[in-house]
Amino acid sequence: MSLQLDFPAVLERWPHFLAGAALTLELAAFSTVCGAVLGTLAAVGRGAHNSLIAGACKIYVEAIRNTPLLVQIFLVYFGLASLGLKFSAFTVAVAALTINVGAYTAEIMRAGFEAIPRGQIEAAEGLALSRLQIYWHIILLPAIERVYPALTSQFVLLMLASSVCSQISAEELTAVANYIQSDTYRAFETYIIVAVLYIILSLVMRAGFWGLGLVLFPRRRRLGTPL
Amino acid sequence: MQQPPSSEPIVSLRDVQKSFGPLLVLDGVSFAVERGEVLALIGRSGSGKSTALRCIDRFEKVDGGEIVVCGHRVDRPDVDLRALRQDVGIVFQSYNLFPHLTIEQNITLAPCAVKGLAASQAKDLARKVLAQVGLEEKLHAYPEQLSGGQQQRAAIARSLAMQPKVMLFDEVTSALDPELTAEVLKVIEQLAADGMTMVMVTHEMGFAKGIADRIVFMHRGKVHETGPASILTTPTTPELTQFVGTGNLKS
Repeated sequence: MSLQLDFPAVLERWPHFLAGAALTLELAAFSTVCGAVLGTLAAVGRGAHNSLIAGACKIYVEAIRNTPLLVQIFLVYFGLASLGLKFSAFTVAVAALTINVGAYTAEIMRAGFEAIPRGQIEAAEGLALSRLQIYWHIILLPAIERVYPALTSQFVLLMLASSVCSQISAEELTAVANYIQSDTYRAFETYIIVAVLYIILSLVMRAGFWGLGLVLFPRRRRLGTPL
Repeated sequence: MQQPPSSEPIVSLRDVQKSFGPLLVLDGVSFAVERGEVLALIGRSGSGKSTALRCIDRFEKVDGGEIVVCGHRVDRPDVDLRALRQDVGIVFQSYNLFPHLTIEQNITLAPCAVKGLAASQAKDLARKVLAQVGLEEKLHAYPEQLSGGQQQRAAIARSLAMQPKVMLFDEVTSALDPELTAEVLKVIEQLAADGMTMVMVTHEMGFAKGIADRIVFMHRGKVHETGPASILTTPTTPELTQFVGTGNLKS
């Protein structure tokens, strides 16, 4: 048995790899932003006095966290199609990933909200701030700050999980790899390269979150304890 | 909400009842605070003094009785909380400054968000109230860069920036060592001298004696003895005698 690796044969397809990586990053970026908003709203909703809203948010979070991502993607893909709605594979992928990561984000944000001391909210109420103002000015950033490392991991995980979008022929990195390996018969080399590219994408995302943290939490920058 | 005529008290409690579960915390509490008056609520832990104070700003809902604060019927379920809290400032034992905001942002937030003050005006206001508590140089610091006493003074400044008609102090020096306590008490003394109406829950008997126009001694959920500060030196009930006698009266 001998292992012969022929990377040049695969690497000559680098523009395809690059396009796939770019699309993966794009998928991750859109679904991270949308999922962060959706998840935060769901976390706020779970704490709502209105039991209908709270219940709906809970059902959403639990339904998503207890079903496979691939099944969710198919549900969105075929669900929209059977309604006669035509969307690009990219749009469907972003929608499905957003719904998925929103549920996980909701749970993380809920932990962040619950970690805010009661006294902070009382102080804000004592200053006559409204509920919405308290969420926006007093609770949101400190809550995000407390769970920022967990959020970062979750969104990086989302980017990695986006590889299953290859199943609905979104032309992201894994889909590109599938084409290339069936074209070149160099499966091992192809997936080694893809793995390295995913590692690089992860590092890029982590660096992005680190930079965003500097902007979001100026106090940590000033006190020399950035996240 | 209508403004009370100047003859009416700023704060009045009449026969206020409050229970936490089976525990009766306030058992028919009545007292009033006139404009410009400083009232000290004293008593043992668990006597109900903090609960009484928190009822004034409706951090606790009462079960019975009547509370009127600056014309707001606080005991009613339809009280406009945000209007009430614009008239009432409250300072807590644990400061509760917002850790992610600078001292200036802590102070300007409510005047801008609630009263719609322009940013530049709010900044001037922040400088003014910080000068009042002697912390002008901490404008751009974050709360955790300040000592406990400084944080509490900043919290007082934050409350003052809303220009309340009455200030509530809930054991504001209990978390501080004697030196830091002194600097906070000095600020409160100055406020009293400036004519601010205040209700304070305090364990600093010497301070209460020096600053309060009236003392309300609470015991087991009732107002047990009340009168001018001199009742601390010449108490008439055995409970107050015992309370001030147990080393609480230090200067």
